[in-house]
Amino acid sequence: MRKKIALAAALVTWPVSGFAQEKPAPAQASSGQTQAAAPQEDRVKALEEQLRALAGQVAQLRNDLKAMREAQAAPAAEAVAAPAAPAPAVMAVAPQATVAPQLGGAQQNAKLLNPDISMIGDFIGTMGRNTVQPSRALELHESEVGLQAIIDPYARADVFISFGEEGVNVEEGYVTFTSLPAELRLRVGKMRAEFGKVNAIHNHAMAYIDRPLATNNLVGGEDGIDDAGMSLTRILPAPKNWFLEGTAQVFRGDSSDVFQSSRRQDVSVVGHLRAYKDLGESTNLDLGISYARGHNDQEAALLKTSGIVGHNQFVTNLYGADATLRWKPLRRAIYKSFLWRTELFWSARDQLTAPTGGFFETQHAFGMYSSAEYRVNRRWTVGGRFDRSGHAANAALTDNGFSAILTYWPSEFSQIRGQYRFGRLANPASAGLSDANELLFQFLFVMGAHGAHPF
Amino acid sequence: MRHGKTHMRFGAVAVAFALLVMLGTPLPGRADSKLQVMTATTDLASLAEEVGGDKVSVESVARGYQDPHFVEAKPSFLLKLRKADLLIVVGLQLEIGWLPPLITQSGNPRIQIAAPGYFDASQYAQILEIPTGQVTRAEGDVHPLGNPHYWLDPENGLRIAKAIQNKLSEMRPADVAYFAQRYASFEQRLKEADQKWLAEMKPYAGRKIVTYHRSWPNFAKHFNLDVVGYVEPRPGIPPSPQHTLQLIGQMKREGVKIIAVEPYFDLKTPNAVARETGGLVVVLMPSVGGEKEITDYFKLFDYDIAKLKQAFDATR
Repeated sequence: MRKKIALAAALVTWPVSGFAQEKPAPAQASSGQTQAAAPQEDRVKALEEQLRALAGQVAQLRNDLKAMREAQAAPAAEAVAAPAAPAPAVMAVAPQATVAPQLGGAQQNAKLLNPDISMIGDFIGTMGRNTVQPSRALELHESEVGLQAIIDPYARADVFISFGEEGVNVEEGYVTFTSLPAELRLRVGKMRAEFGKVNAIHNHAMAYIDRPLATNNLVGGEDGIDDAGMSLTRILPAPKNWFLEGTAQVFRGDSSDVFQSSRRQDVSVVGHLRAYKDLGESTNLDLGISYARGHNDQEAALLKTSGIVGHNQFVTNLYGADATLRWKPLRRAIYKSFLWRTELFWSARDQLTAPTGGFFETQHAFGMYSSAEYRVNRRWTVGGRFDRSGHAANAALTDNGFSAILTYWPSEFSQIRGQYRFGRLANPASAGLSDANELLFQFLFVMGAHGAHPF
Repeated sequence: MRHGKTHMRFGAVAVAFALLVMLGTPLPGRADSKLQVMTATTDLASLAEEVGGDKVSVESVARGYQDPHFVEAKPSFLLKLRKADLLIVVGLQLEIGWLPPLITQSGNPRIQIAAPGYFDASQYAQILEIPTGQVTRAEGDVHPLGNPHYWLDPENGLRIAKAIQNKLSEMRPADVAYFAQRYASFEQRLKEADQKWLAEMKPYAGRKIVTYHRSWPNFAKHFNLDVVGYVEPRPGIPPSPQHTLQLIGQMKREGVKIIAVEPYFDLKTPNAVARETGGLVVVLMPSVGGEKEITDYFKLFDYDIAKLKQAFDATR
């Protein structure tokens, strides 16, 4: 029975593969028709070639069919005795056609119209002392499932679902319209906002195990500005050899603890301008400025306690600047590279001097980080990061930190990391400083579809 | 409170202004009537130039001495891709790590995947090492659709050029005769050159060689060489001491003297293997532009065959 099904499946798939192999031939023939000069000879030649290819395929099919019939005729007892067929040799290479070369690569039959599916596991362990922001000793921090596909001739979609220790979260899920007029690129869905560099990078693509202190203190923590909305991007006119790109985004206004909307009109906006220049074939400079604006949680807190609606406007304005210098020699790209990046953040947060009362005030906090990573050889990278950030709600409190990281790459699809992290952290409860000394380690593993390399 | 409102107005104005700037700026003008062709690699660029002649303007994203698996998706490429009428790719997932984001970000509807200006050359070439059965990454960074280094066979070069001729004719019907004449000339020259190359390689038929990466199956098949081992234990996995020892043993047993290395791999392990086996490391160029003198598809084979001949003669 199983064999019959297999035979039927084979018969169904034959014509499909045959069609695929013949595909180039009609194209040749059609060009022969459009071409005025010497069309006859070309066509005859093309037809001859096609005939030869078909003859080869027929011969092969006949052989295959014969083999299959013989296999079917074999005593059923044999099949019962050995029900589990031996697994095919891993990656056996197909024998080459003897009659005519088969053109084209393998067909992605198993895939058909399924999206590209990938899963990235992110396991983190932490040792040492941190009384201000303690994290778990061991955790499968995140399992991110990625589904990516072309939707239709005009759009593609990317969905990243993150399974964390505390639940499931659609980290990003958006459709990108790629065929708009005027070179516009429209993205609709939930996405990480284009606010600086680190905000748009997924956890597993970071050069460090954790995010900078400034992200946690000023830009919404690990998830950052990640919200439902729309994004419009366009390459802008620029001086020669400069790449200039502008992005304008509108979100609902709910992003972790940085933005919170309590009314429909409390949308948040993000704007980003990126300038890029190749300083040579190995070196390039990437600059950006960002702006974000949204209503913060003070408004929601006040609404809850006092029921005051309407004219109270507690807004957070964020300004950012980023600079990245990359070096990667083309002839040794997999062995040597260097990246330096600095981001600056300014936060202006409207709030009341006491959580549910007091006077109106605006807290101005500043944060930054500067990091460098160097690839020593094909398997090892080292890096260091300096961190400094005020607290958004109390700019008088400032955290400082330093990290050193060592990454080992068994292959392109896994990483093993160790990071030493020192922090002199302000404690909001006691308003004092306490030192944190921690050792973090991380295992990252990728399965499924090959994703794009981060840049 | 008043404060907040001004801010809100400011935000709205900023967004509106940004949108206006984006919509108001003019499209990049066409400098000339040449068809703008971008290719993923230099070899495809050379083939497109052969067929397109002065009716096309061709540029490659990757350089010839660069590992085509690990090109960076630099935004500067977008400046060229946004203007391209035709994008020719190697396919078979060779560019999977860098080309898809560039295509999406280009904002160019003409070259989106499966659009008329997207051309996958692998569909027209003979592909080797198509895996059957189970495909897992236990075998390293495998290409599940077959080996993507197929352009290193002149017959495939000819097939791709023919397909490019058809594509260009379809895009520029007025120049059909021109492209046909260019292709015919290329076909004749390539066939002549191939006769010469085959004759040059004939004395070394069946010779065994070791290569760093699996870049040469099509080349080896066409010129009748026998690739018996690889410096990489698995595609994309760096050499390990254990595998290197095995390789040295195998080379000694089978009398293999030549280790062919692509220009973007470290020579430390190949040199060590050569020292142990009394062999020779040859840096072969897998692509046009790998060396300054390799200016086109013909010179690529000229260069590699000259290097191989030299090495074979020196080791026997």
